[in-house]
Amino acid sequence: MLQIMEGSHAVAEAAKLCRPEVVSAYPITPQTHIVERLAEMVADGELDAEYLCVDSELSALSVCLGSSAAGSRVYSATSSQGLMLMAEVVFNVAGMRQPIIMSIANRALGAPLSIWNDQQDSLSLRDSGWFQLYGEDVQEMTDQHFIAYKAAERHDVLLPGFVCFDGFILSHTYEPVDIPTQEEIDAYLPPYVPYNKLDAKSPLSMGMYATPDYYMEFRYETDLAMQRAGNAISEVGKEFGEMFGRDYSMHTESYRMDDADVAFVALGSICGTVKDAIDEMRADGIKAGLVKIRTYRPFPAKEIAHALAGVPKVAVLEKNISLGTSMKGIVGLEVKDALTGTGIDVYSYVVGLGGRDIRKKDIRAIAALAEKGEGNMFYGLRTELL
Amino acid sequence: MVDKSLELFDCGHRACGGCGPAMLARLMLKATGENVIVVASTGCMEVFSTPYPETAWKVPWIHSLFENAAAVASGIEASLKHNNRTEKVVCICGDGATFDIGMLCISGAFERGHDITYICYDNEAYMNTGIQRSGATPYDASTTTTPAGRMSTGNALPKKDLPQILNAHGASYVATASVAYPMDVMKKVEKAINTPGACYIQVHTPCSTGWGFDGAKTIEIGKQAIECGLWVNYEMENGELKKAKKILRTPVDDYLKAQKRFRHLFKPERNAEEIAKIQAIADANAAKYNIDIKLKE
Amino acid sequence: MALRIGAAAAPGRAPDNKTGSWRVFMPIVDMEKCTHCGTCTLACPETAVSDEDGEIRFDLDYCKGCGVCANECPAKAIKMILEEN
Repeated sequence: MLQIMEGSHAVAEAAKLCRPEVVSAYPITPQTHIVERLAEMVADGELDAEYLCVDSELSALSVCLGSSAAGSRVYSATSSQGLMLMAEVVFNVAGMRQPIIMSIANRALGAPLSIWNDQQDSLSLRDSGWFQLYGEDVQEMTDQHFIAYKAAERHDVLLPGFVCFDGFILSHTYEPVDIPTQEEIDAYLPPYVPYNKLDAKSPLSMGMYATPDYYMEFRYETDLAMQRAGNAISEVGKEFGEMFGRDYSMHTESYRMDDADVAFVALGSICGTVKDAIDEMRADGIKAGLVKIRTYRPFPAKEIAHALAGVPKVAVLEKNISLGTSMKGIVGLEVKDALTGTGIDVYSYVVGLGGRDIRKKDIRAIAALAEKGEGNMFYGLRTELL
Repeated sequence: MVDKSLELFDCGHRACGGCGPAMLARLMLKATGENVIVVASTGCMEVFSTPYPETAWKVPWIHSLFENAAAVASGIEASLKHNNRTEKVVCICGDGATFDIGMLCISGAFERGHDITYICYDNEAYMNTGIQRSGATPYDASTTTTPAGRMSTGNALPKKDLPQILNAHGASYVATASVAYPMDVMKKVEKAINTPGACYIQVHTPCSTGWGFDGAKTIEIGKQAIECGLWVNYEMENGELKKAKKILRTPVDDYLKAQKRFRHLFKPERNAEEIAKIQAIADANAAKYNIDIKLKE
Repeated sequence: MALRIGAAAAPGRAPDNKTGSWRVFMPIVDMEKCTHCGTCTLACPETAVSDEDGEIRFDLDYCKGCGVCANECPAKAIKMILEEN
């Protein structure tokens, strides 16, 4: 049944339905409404979990690591600076192979201080060993939490995951959303069965140190698990579709890609704007299309190459900047890599940093730039300030 | 062969000969028994006891990072509580991990009052990285980052009073101990794990490599520290000092002379001014904890 | 042996590392002087000293020869001697 709900509250409902035993988070805009709602649920007895108010994001994720290692399903959420303060733990959790799921309300990084949206925070941690899902709207980001837990906890995966959605644009927006029932989620997501567990009945040392004789193999195993995570996300996404009617078996979504002359690639809420712009462009005879990336890690290179096959120009919309690189965008570099040898031109356009608005006319202008072969640039700068 | 079936800290670990922290690891597990989960910080003990796959720990053990053991322990305790499990949660972390980089997570854990015991093995510097100064390094100790020299008499700052800081957090039980007195260490660990709430034990663990003495003398040096009043063994319960080990105090000279980290205080001649300052620290400890045994005139 | 993910391992492998090879001096005990007070068995950081069936035994596979036992023995029953070979 569809309900009108704020994005953050829908995420909190999703987290609750996954039955975490421990919730630990530190407040940061724009993640706060999620953890406030979860605190209410615990206070009202709707959610039977230990809710820990901690001193920092460093502690928030460290608490989750401890609880997960002791065998509990756990949940946390953060944004921006909070994710950066956690960064050391983020890498550690992946190496410890704990399937922790964390929501990321995407927000820009300082300095200068900005509370508004871009995707620099989670994209900067692309090599941390967490799989990364990006939602376009409240329904998708809600569903991705169920999928994330189910994929992460598979014993052929055992990796943590981010569920990312644009701060304010999605976290604070009210949309109609279908929230499954507890019975439905219980049927979809079985209780967590740990692989390595701290248990006095069966002692184990976890997080030991590795000499050069062992370290590389641990990293190799984690990379293999990341590759398997791709299949797992696809399989559990398909299963979700069979149960709930919304299919997530694909890591990407193609929109009006038939015979496209120019294709956009993007992650998150901007895809809605792009779709509307494409409809208008198509009406005006401009053959544009979109490949939306839902799973950014593991990077679905084959799927992207397939979706973009035969398109002459690709415009990657980047809510991030890879400072000091030729393309300027993080995603573009990887899309270009996926298209090696195809002759397709790939351009990055840095847009919407720190909450700068992106309008349909901007999308149309970027398509024109791509057609002309101009790219790998900031788009929408206020040149009067420079 | 020696029967080790009752030992929970395995032989074969890579600690230096006569290692104070290694003694503590053994004593600690003798006190906790098997029904425990140990959380380690990065540091000497973590490295010498767990090179993959040769763990010396026969109980569940986890290491995450340098600074987050108290938070990891909080998470473990929350999970155990949720599932009505009975294991005790014990952190074992060095003084760098405790006094310096871990303060944030420790403060949070003690404020929340988790049922955990945090044990600091205090060897008074960052030994794992090569004897750099920490907040636990005593006044005038020469370390690799506070070397004694023409313009320096070593570490210019006094040792941070961490037990009092945790006492101020409302810790149920705060104690200091020394591996020089093994039975006392075990008694205090047993008391801490059986006291509800967050408890802290700071254990003096002399480090022959870092302090510069023969590994055979680890216990002897530990005793000297107590006998001169530079280390005080005491217990605090719910904020109140309950017990402090009384001594017939000796001057600090012999303790200092026995260690290379203080040898600059005696060469080329005895630095009376600096040694008087260290003596004053011992005198202040004695007054604060009332440890002097008063002999009849 | 295949790796266990999460840099995890079950107990039991530390004794693979025979630290007795580090030793320069080895302990010997004079049982005439020994009072079985337990100081040496408790002090040893290697768990390499035991007192069983009236005998103090040193596990030379692991004894690093640090000499804490000899230094602490209240009866001066333990001596450290240079180990030949």
